[in-house]
Amino acid sequence: MSLLDDALLDDALLDDAMMPGAAAFLAEKPAATVDRAATDAGARISTASQNAAQTTAQAAPERDAQYNYAYLDEQTKRMIRRAVLKAVAVPGYQVPFAGREMPMPYGWGTGGIQLSASILGPDDVFKVIDQGADDTTNAVSIRKFFVRTTGVRTTESTAEASVIQTRHRIPETPLTEDQIMVYQVPIPEPLRWMEPRESETRTMHALEEYGVMHVRLYEDIARHGRIATNFMYPVLVNGRYVMSPSPIPKFDNPKLDRSPALHLFGAGREKRIYAVPPYTEVRSLDFEDHPFEVEKWDECCGLCGATDSYLDEVILDDAGGRMFVCSDTDHCAARRAAGHVGPMAARRDLKELADRTAAE
Amino acid sequence: MSSALVHNHPSGPGRSGQEFAHDIRPGMANPVMDCQAVFRALLLTMSRPGTIATLGRRLAPPAPLTPAAAAVFLTLADMDTPVWLGDAATPELCTYLRFHCGCPIVREPGRAAFALVADGRRLPELDGFAAGHQEYPERSATLVLQVTGFDTASGVRLTGPGVNGETVLGVDGLSPGFWPAFMDNHSRFPLGYDAILCSEDEIAALPRSVRVEV
Amino acid sequence: MYVAVKGGERAIDNAHRLLDAERRGAPDVPEIGVEQIAEQLSLAVDRVMTEGSLYDRDLAALAVKQARGDLVEAVFLLRAFRTTLPRLAVSTPIDTASMRVRRRVSATFKDIPGGQVLGPTFDYTHRLLDFTLTGAGRDGHPLDGPPATAPATNAPHVRDENDDADEAAAPPRVMDILARQGLVFEERPEDGRAVGDLTRDPLGFPAARDVRLQNLARGDEGFLLALGYSTQRGFGDNHPFAGEIRMGELAVAIAPEELGFEVEIGDVTVTECEMVNAFKGSKTEPPRFTRGYGLTFGFCERKAMAMALVDRALMARELGEELDAPSRDEEFVLYHSDNVEASGFVQHLKLPHYVDFQADLVMVRAMRAEIARREAAGKDSGTADAADADTFNDGDAR
Repeated sequence: MSLLDDALLDDALLDDAMMPGAAAFLAEKPAATVDRAATDAGARISTASQNAAQTTAQAAPERDAQYNYAYLDEQTKRMIRRAVLKAVAVPGYQVPFAGREMPMPYGWGTGGIQLSASILGPDDVFKVIDQGADDTTNAVSIRKFFVRTTGVRTTESTAEASVIQTRHRIPETPLTEDQIMVYQVPIPEPLRWMEPRESETRTMHALEEYGVMHVRLYEDIARHGRIATNFMYPVLVNGRYVMSPSPIPKFDNPKLDRSPALHLFGAGREKRIYAVPPYTEVRSLDFEDHPFEVEKWDECCGLCGATDSYLDEVILDDAGGRMFVCSDTDHCAARRAAGHVGPMAARRDLKELADRTAAE
Repeated sequence: MSSALVHNHPSGPGRSGQEFAHDIRPGMANPVMDCQAVFRALLLTMSRPGTIATLGRRLAPPAPLTPAAAAVFLTLADMDTPVWLGDAATPELCTYLRFHCGCPIVREPGRAAFALVADGRRLPELDGFAAGHQEYPERSATLVLQVTGFDTASGVRLTGPGVNGETVLGVDGLSPGFWPAFMDNHSRFPLGYDAILCSEDEIAALPRSVRVEV
Repeated sequence: MYVAVKGGERAIDNAHRLLDAERRGAPDVPEIGVEQIAEQLSLAVDRVMTEGSLYDRDLAALAVKQARGDLVEAVFLLRAFRTTLPRLAVSTPIDTASMRVRRRVSATFKDIPGGQVLGPTFDYTHRLLDFTLTGAGRDGHPLDGPPATAPATNAPHVRDENDDADEAAAPPRVMDILARQGLVFEERPEDGRAVGDLTRDPLGFPAARDVRLQNLARGDEGFLLALGYSTQRGFGDNHPFAGEIRMGELAVAIAPEELGFEVEIGDVTVTECEMVNAFKGSKTEPPRFTRGYGLTFGFCERKAMAMALVDRALMARELGEELDAPSRDEEFVLYHSDNVEASGFVQHLKLPHYVDFQADLVMVRAMRAEIARREAAGKDSGTADAADADTFNDGDAR
């Protein structure tokens, strides 16, 4: 197995620093079978087995052995992993961590990248999206980085992925228990717009003083007749912490509530990690007389005809002509592959758009 | 299971020469990938209470540490995490953990980031471990509790984050007094310690967020 | 025409190729070498090492070359490389009193033990462009003969071993002389507390001085310069005097536990600035001087001085001063000093945000449609329906 061979190079480095060269104990590999009952009756899971069933994802590429596996040194990974476990234990609470400079700028997803670097392993299948699309430049760049530093298999299919790193969207395809979502978060503090001081917001979380958030939302209603927050819409996690779901559109908020997947949020510049464990209550803040509601479009996706997905607006000409397409490219391509046809699908001038969002 | 002892590694981390007079049992053969796999098992069990993950018997640590508990320490502990071993703090075990993890071993339970309860049937005073502050609830201990086995068919009922409805976890070799103590621990959420239960080769986890009913 | 905000792997690859061509510039001009940068653009290298938080001249020079001279970008390159390095040992504290000084000036005393050493300073140069440097002129030779007390080169390793001036005894620190007379606020480490490290524990508040100093040392020179400047113009007056500025070489040592004694692992060049600030005293403290401290890798004098001003300003809380100026607001200063963080977050605005923009667009259209409907209902004319309002919105959705 080439991945293990490559990893031995890490050992050579690490041996000197931390670990004694020892007799191989890899001889006893963990069993590769899933012995898993329904989750509500307990389950036994062996560690190396979760993605044994992957079939159509790309074959594992060679990784660049000049770098540590997943770029980070082991001490940094340990620090992040400890923070992740605490984040899981206190859902919605932002755990401070000593975030590192990554080879991408802050703002390009360094929080998510550090999370992925700390969790990815040879059994994973990795998907990266930005604005819902696998082919946006930064998604391509992040995917390349992990292929280079880990040799991880990648996919554009939501269903095939075991780890999905995302910026600004949650895929339309329902997530499963075998998946981890990794969010890139610019401003993790939901109260930051009302109170710029960290020392203050920390106290507000400690005391559950969230009145200021409700006041802000209610001011919207008083002024505009509706809540004017459309993305980064605050949620209450497990009835305790108000949390920013990252700049996903509020359209995606309901997907977080009691989701079977584990959701991890990483803010690199602000140096915070937080989590929503599976099956955790995630309630979008609202008022009895102004219940939470999501965006609606009168149009359907021009390519696949979907009426229930988040739509991006595409400007077609200088005269106000526009169309709407699914923001989730995998969702759209899968629908078209299944024979769904949108009203604009046949237009030749949109062929490039259709090709870009088509499955490989 | 490898029981081979290797002589101390000349270029190991900074420890006094005297400590290295002992033979030190080997750590992970492939630390990078093994730690990744163990961490994923920890993440899985911590985010889905009631789930049991098999780590195998890949390590041969000094008694009384079990292979699974040893894997947890080697994956998570380092120079930034004080470790409390209680009466399991034999010179051999201290040396093993210091050598492989570089972690300080502390006597005061309140200072520990990780605490080993070597025998789940004999619990130390659990209230002595750090529960975090209201402003920083993550500054709390993680208990590594050694037990003898798990049962998914019968046991305590678990509900809360990570659990779809409710689930059942049976733990052998754990003092019955643990459960009321853990309920008290849960009741002070978001404060509280978190627990990783380790048998010889399996782990399960109880984050402070999970509600237990006996 | 339809324009996609998307790109693929090929677009990225092409961008990288273009970037590399731009970096190289005209191919008929000889390529600049990393050694040339390290030797001849040494102050750029020093700044990149300081803010990059990694003392390695060669890597910093490489970063400057790769970044096409963009020093903030070069700092970023060095920081990202730093992430991959394991922490092998922690050095013992350096003692700047043992510095072999190449420059050392004090503005507070006319004469000081050890004397004033101007060293390689721009201070008294006339800022006249020196056209003899354009190539043909001086033929690359420096001005004649190095002065006795100040070697002309900024590269310690090329100094002449036989030059007695280099062996000048390390002069005592000016502030220590004042401190011995009890005139300076005494700084003592807190008992038992390990020195903080931002790369291992994220910033928390209130931040202790060790952590503040680390933050400032890594902080952007321009940001600190502006903040330091503001303290001189009344936004938190510190009454600063440059007690001492010194630059030179000193040894770095580690003390591995298994050895039980210190081992020198190399020399570093550092610049240190101690600002003296009058303190009128408080209920509990007698009047005395306080000290603002700045320290940088290499020769970054402007940065060290600005850092010392800001360090002193940030002591306001401990000294019971009003927290009335930006430079005294530790959350404001420490959270915004890092140019790698700032540069990233400012520039990330150019990444696609069309999903969020769409969310706002949907809302703005809906709100305007509603207003139009209400107006129409008010006039009872029925001409402005929602569709009209929608079209009307297209031009000014922002």
